Formats: sequence, C-alpha cells, structure tokens
Amino acid sequence: MYLGEMSGLKIGQATRDAFGDALKDLGTQYPEIVTVDGDVGNSTRTEVFANAFPERAFNMGIAESNMVSVAGGLASTGKIPVVASFSAFLLCNAYDQIRMSIAFPNMNVKLVGTHAGISIGEDGPSQMGIEDVSLACSLPGMVVIVTADAVSTKAATAAMMEYEGPVYLRLGRPNVAEIYTEGDTFEIGKANTVREGDDVTIIANGLMVAGAVDAATKLAEDGISARVIDMHTVKPIDVDAIQKAARETGAIVVAEEHLAHGGLGSAVSMVVSQSNPVPMAYVNVGDCFAESGDPQGLLDKYGLTAAAIIDAVKKVK
Amino acid sequence: MAAQANALSLEELKEKGKVLRRQIIRMTTEAGSGHPSSSLSAVEVVNALWFGGFMKYDPQNPTWEGRDRFILSKGHAVPVLYAAMAEAGYFSVDDIMTLRKLGSPFEGHPNMKRLPGIEASTGSLGQGLSLGIGQALGARLNQNGSNVFVVIGDGEMGEGQVWEALAGAEKYKLGNLTAIIDQNGYQQTGATKDVLDFGSFEEKISSFGWHTQTIEGNCQESVVNALETASKITDRPKAIIAKTKKGYGILPVLEETGDSNYHGKPLSPELAEKALALLG
Repeated sequence: MYLGEMSGLKIGQATRDAFGDALKDLGTQYPEIVTVDGDVGNSTRTEVFANAFPERAFNMGIAESNMVSVAGGLASTGKIPVVASFSAFLLCNAYDQIRMSIAFPNMNVKLVGTHAGISIGEDGPSQMGIEDVSLACSLPGMVVIVTADAVSTKAATAAMMEYEGPVYLRLGRPNVAEIYTEGDTFEIGKANTVREGDDVTIIANGLMVAGAVDAATKLAEDGISARVIDMHTVKPIDVDAIQKAARETGAIVVAEEHLAHGGLGSAVSMVVSQSNPVPMAYVNVGDCFAESGDPQGLLDKYGLTAAAIIDAVKKVK
Repeated sequence: MAAQANALSLEELKEKGKVLRRQIIRMTTEAGSGHPSSSLSAVEVVNALWFGGFMKYDPQNPTWEGRDRFILSKGHAVPVLYAAMAEAGYFSVDDIMTLRKLGSPFEGHPNMKRLPGIEASTGSLGQGLSLGIGQALGARLNQNGSNVFVVIGDGEMGEGQVWEALAGAEKYKLGNLTAIIDQNGYQQTGATKDVLDFGSFEEKISSFGWHTQTIEGNCQESVVNALETASKITDRPKAIIAKTKKGYGILPVLEETGDSNYHGKPLSPELAEKALALLG
C-alpha cells in the first residue's frame, strides 16, 4: 500500500527519475547547464544528462566539499551548475561550502538532494536526509523546493533553470503517486491547491502530499471537508495561500517527511502566528534518527501516514 | 588590457612592493583591526601576479570575459589585494582606507558581491582552490584562454578540502590553474609545523601529479621567475610553494613587540610610523 493508493492515485516515477529525464531534456535549451557530481550520478540520475552531454559533466569523486565549491566557481564563469548528491551528504557534509561558495556570493547553482527522507528504507539513517530542508532554509537567498511527484518535479527542474540564483531541490528515492497531470501549473513560490475543502487545511509537500490526499478522502467519509495544499516551495513560502487557508478553514495541519524543527511546519507556523493564529498540528519525523527497514514499514512506524494526518486533524477540529 | 601592458621591470616591481606594504600597514592601522602580518608575507606573490605581466585584466571592465582570475583563498590577507587593486586602478587609495568600516565594500574578508574585480568571496579557509577549479573548467568550456591563480595559506593546507581539490584539478589536467602557497610558517596560535605539520608540500603536491616549484617567496625575482616557468606548463596544474616570512618587510618592528607572528592585529599608530619609516 503506497501513499495515495487509498484515493485511487496511480503510482508513478520516483522524483529523482523525473528530474534526470527533465535535466537531459533541458540540456539542449540551456547550453550553460553543467553537472557536478559526487560519484553517485547513477543514483541521483544526473547520469542521464552526463551520457547525453559528457563534456559538460564533471564527476568530482567522493569529495563533496570540493564538488560544491567547484560548482560555485563554474557559476562565476556563467555556467548553470547542477550539483547532485544524496541530500544528507550534500547538505550536511558540504554545508559550509554551500554557505560560502554558493549562498553568500548568491551563485546561480542548482543543488539537488536526492534520497531525502526516511522512505529510502533499508540503507538506514546515515543515508536519510531529514534535516536538509531546515539547513537549506537557513541560508539567506536560498530557494527551497520539495516536489511531490514526477510531473511537478519535471516542472520544478525547468522552473529552477529559468530562475536566476541558488536553489535547493529535494527529491526522493521511491516511486510515488501521481498528483498532477502533464500541463498543470508549477510556479516557484506559489502553492498548488490539490483538493478544495472548508473545514481544515492540510499543508504538505513531498510524498506527504499523497498522504494528505488519502487523509482528505477518508475525512470526507466522516463529513470533514479537508483542503489539501501542496506547498512545494518552502522558501519563499506562499504567504497568501497560508493566510487564506487559515481564514477560510480555521485550522491547519502540516505534514512533511522531515524533522520537526526548521522544515515546512516551522515555515507555515511563522506565517500563521503572525497573521491568523488558528489551531495547528504537525505530522513529521519528530526529533529522532530513524532506522533501517522497508520504506512502507518505516513510514508506518515513524507516523508518516494518512492515519497520522487524520489524528492530527482531529486534534485541531 | 593585455598582460604586457602592465608588466613592470624588476626594479619597478620592487618599488611597487613597498607601496603595497605601506598601504597594508596604513589601512589596517586606520581600521584598528585586520591581519597585516599575513598580508605582508604575500606581497611579492601578489605584486608579481598583478604587475609582473602574468595576469590579463581591465580595471575599467572588471567582468571582461577574457580576464584572468585571482582568488585569495587566505581571505584574511585581503589588505594586500585591496592595495594591489587600488594600484591597478580599480578604486582609489582613499577608498581602501575605509577598510572594515560600516558601509564600506572593503570588508574584512573579500566579498565579490560588493566589490567588482574580486573573483571569490573567501574567509572560510580551504575553499579557494576548489573555486579555482570551477573557474578553470569554466574557462576551458568557454574557450576564452583565461588563467586562474589561487593564493593559499600554509595553515590553510590543514583543510581536507584542499587535498580533495589537489586530486580534482589533476583529474582534469587543468593547465590554466596555478596555486601559490604562501608558506609563512605561522598560523593563529603558533608555528604551522607545531600546529599541524604536513612535511614537504612539494613532495606531497607533486605526488598528486602537479608541476611544483619551491622558491623564496619574498624574493621578487624568484617569484617572477617561478611564475614565468609555470606559465609555460599547460598540460597539468601548477603549484608554487613560496617560502615567506609573516610580516616580511617590517620584521624588526614586529620582533620588538615580542610577538613576531603578530597574527590578526593591526599595528598601533606608533608602531605603524616605525614600520613606514623602516620601509622608506
């Protein structure tokens, strides 16, 4: 049983796969795109681009610090470097390099962290980026995007090339439910309302959008009308969509595959507390490292489920 | 502006070096903080690069695509760079005297967003060589003949990232990349050999496949000759290990204070006067 299945959503590509395909397609339109890898291109899927444009692909080896600063240098010569690695290694291993070589000089570098969250499964907590959104959001000027499915990931990949400046795009390992259909709009900083509702709003991103849709489907059976918002851009956050949700539904639940601190929940609550204080509840990994196991088992054990979202909704309604 | 246009003779370079030293002392004393001793050790290297005909640049057009690029990875020594760029005509000497003051783009460490002509924002040690690799790869892709020069501190060599970069630059045979290690022998709390000793840089760096030279880094002629030699090597990255002295040029004045390392502090107005007199 995958998130979204309960609502009849079809299983689609993993977001990392969609990114790899999109990047290759964008390679012709943007001759400035180059990839800078930490020897995991076959996992992050930058290898699709590297195979098509070998002279524009640089595998810097298992040396993330160097990898990130090299990208900063390339950007200062007019290139658009795409740096991809596991989110845990990209953000945690090379954080000072992201800060000093990219964020501080405001370099046009696209950081792509794959294998985010606990849904990577068996490889275990050392490989799980669960603090990456918090770290990325802490850097002045960094745009932070967490996509929910393949279609929106392709759109986000294109949008971040259009955008001038540093971006962090967070992607996952497993195949995920299809939320969008080809042609649906995706705009950086503009949330998408996936499902309308009046009684409560569930704001989610990543694979928890599918979980939120499942929760809303189930809640509807109990007569609760839940709005579902895909807050794919955590920074800059869509203030209007949050204020409107608070005003119109009077309660908000935030669901994300991330630690409790510094992620989407923090970003949403900062908006709500300042303008429309309403009851809020949070569904996330909490304040702990997870463990090895099968992805679905992990999501169940650590409370990233439709049931957990429903429980949270009941707390605020 | 082509390299030849700003190539000074050896005698002229030596005079220019004195000018740079004077400005380093003046601006840090005026600021009341900064790293004059770390800046002074790098004078001959920076001087030769900017005025010895080894770098193409145009102060009127700092973003000219064909320019060579200078990265000061040991960002705390930025007074030497500000002094050189003022001499080159990027800004006035009056401007650089605002060093470290609120509102001044002449920050305590280089900030490329605030000062055109600065090629990298540095200050967190260890990142400059990697940035240089990126710029050298970019120059190769852009086919603009641009060369990249990176000045690294010897204490800074303790950062693991530098060694990642040494391997990375060799992988791509970056013949347009030159690293100069300002081996002044001291870091914040003492002698580099006591804090974290890497033994022979020449041995280690050449084992990575780089072309290496070890020279007397405060001898202007040696620096010019080494850069000349390096400029002829185009099939692999090049390193110059410049053995220097921290505070070179005003050592007797620093020794008088009982702290010849003199790390991260300016000269008092009295000491500055003595130092300027010594420089003549």
